[in-house]
Amino acid sequence: MMKNPYSKDFPQLNNGSVYLDTAATSLKPNSVIEAVNHYNRDLSSNIHRGMYEAAVETTELYESTRETVAKFLHAKTDEIIYTRGTTSSLNLVAYAYGLENLKAGDEIIVSELEHHSSFLPWQFVAKKTGAILKFVELNEEGRITVEAFKKVLSTKTKVVALTYVSNVMGYITPMKEIISLSHQYNAICVVDAAQAVQHIEIDVTALDCDFLAFSGHKMLGPTGIGILYGKQKLLNIMEPFEYGGDMNDDVNKDISEWKTGPQKFEAGTMPIASVIGLQKAIEYIENIGLSTISEYIDKLQRYALAQLKQIEGVKIYNPTSETGIITFNIETVPSHDAISFLAEKNIAIRAGQHCAKLICDWLGIYSCLRASIYIYNSYTDVDIFIEGIKEAVAYFKKLGF
Amino acid sequence: MSELDNLYREVIMDHYKSPRNKGLVEDAEYKLFRIKNPSCGDDITIQTKVENGIVTDCRQIGHGCSISMASASVLTEIMIGKTLEEAKNIADNYLNMVSNKEFDTELDLEEAAVFSGVRQFPARIKCASIAWVAFKDTIKGDSNE
Repeated sequence: MMKNPYSKDFPQLNNGSVYLDTAATSLKPNSVIEAVNHYNRDLSSNIHRGMYEAAVETTELYESTRETVAKFLHAKTDEIIYTRGTTSSLNLVAYAYGLENLKAGDEIIVSELEHHSSFLPWQFVAKKTGAILKFVELNEEGRITVEAFKKVLSTKTKVVALTYVSNVMGYITPMKEIISLSHQYNAICVVDAAQAVQHIEIDVTALDCDFLAFSGHKMLGPTGIGILYGKQKLLNIMEPFEYGGDMNDDVNKDISEWKTGPQKFEAGTMPIASVIGLQKAIEYIENIGLSTISEYIDKLQRYALAQLKQIEGVKIYNPTSETGIITFNIETVPSHDAISFLAEKNIAIRAGQHCAKLICDWLGIYSCLRASIYIYNSYTDVDIFIEGIKEAVAYFKKLGF
Repeated sequence: MSELDNLYREVIMDHYKSPRNKGLVEDAEYKLFRIKNPSCGDDITIQTKVENGIVTDCRQIGHGCSISMASASVLTEIMIGKTLEEAKNIADNYLNMVSNKEFDTELDLEEAAVFSGVRQFPARIKCASIAWVAFKDTIKGDSNE
């Protein structure tokens, strides 16, 4: 069996564990770790302020990361806002755009596939403004389809907030068609790309989305850094979400002025080390290429699914998932019992509701297991995982589950 | 015995497969407390009746992993007939035992003692605790539904 050419770049793999939990958070390559360490060790200084050498280099790295992100997404630099993560990005849109622009009777389209961070902010906005939440009916596989989307889209629709890739089912939403239809009704589209950005090429200009959010830590970058892409004309009409240092142009006792551009939304000292690390994560992904990454994951996923399907007592919920996410249960065994067994074998997968209770309700389950594959996983990892599941099935059967 | 075998002891499996005092009753004299753990999907309700300072009935219902279900079942059997003081003392010591804190090793935890294996599985402490925390709320006289 061929050796994985990327695993050597991920030092955490040296601990001997089989890491199949990238959908929760990815491992970090050496280049990212080194960039974060470089800032903490050699450069600690604030941005946009100091005149000394370290401060200048830090500001350069901080702002050049914005250019890297912008190129990665085919956006303008001024449309890239740093946040704490996808959750912060989506809350920023809900507060700074949603609360200000929605009124009673307006409609917000969401789905049962949403992560809580793409659902709860809009449930909150609906409650505050009197707007109504509309759910796209999922098809029999649990997918969002253009046909079902059309049925909930109307002249009342003001916001469409949907996941690009479901963190439980791994399905890719037909986002381009949905956005194009939404714009015919003058609705704005907020895309949760937390599980998409590490799998598929995203061109926000071609996609024409109004907002798009993702986190650094699910795409080989550090925790604590997220991105919000927003169309410039929308960012310009939005008030700041947080107030404080560095986001203002002029402060007076009676009236103050805000910076224009993304800095308006970046109050206080940002997670500078994580921003700098994100640049290296994007470079790492670009060096391999997203098409190579997705082809590899697809092969490995099919290899895993073919074997998992053969195991009696295993129920797979998303056999057609296209992004390395496999969601399943050992029938009769609660998911938390199952992962305790796998954890003893040093196999890292996730159990629970995955911050997406609505899709668990839709599936009619209390919780489930999720294995998620990424570029550093090998065929051997999959073999160990499959063997672990087989052993778990036998173990719990013997116990009387 | 492996650590996992130490977790899934016979008594635990027996209570998981044949849960005791399952199902709630419609009676305003009972105090009821429900706790959910949204990360794993556990959802347990404990219902307790106290008369003259003695726990005269203890009921449970819910869904979750084997450890949370079995610990709810064991709890109800142990608590029926205990004075409030005894009940609180056992619950406090049990909760300390499963979370690897100091507890009174002289105290008879009865069947609940088999949950000592949970200490080796920090991620399962919550599973073993949830029913017992809910029980403590009921004997404080709290109801949350």
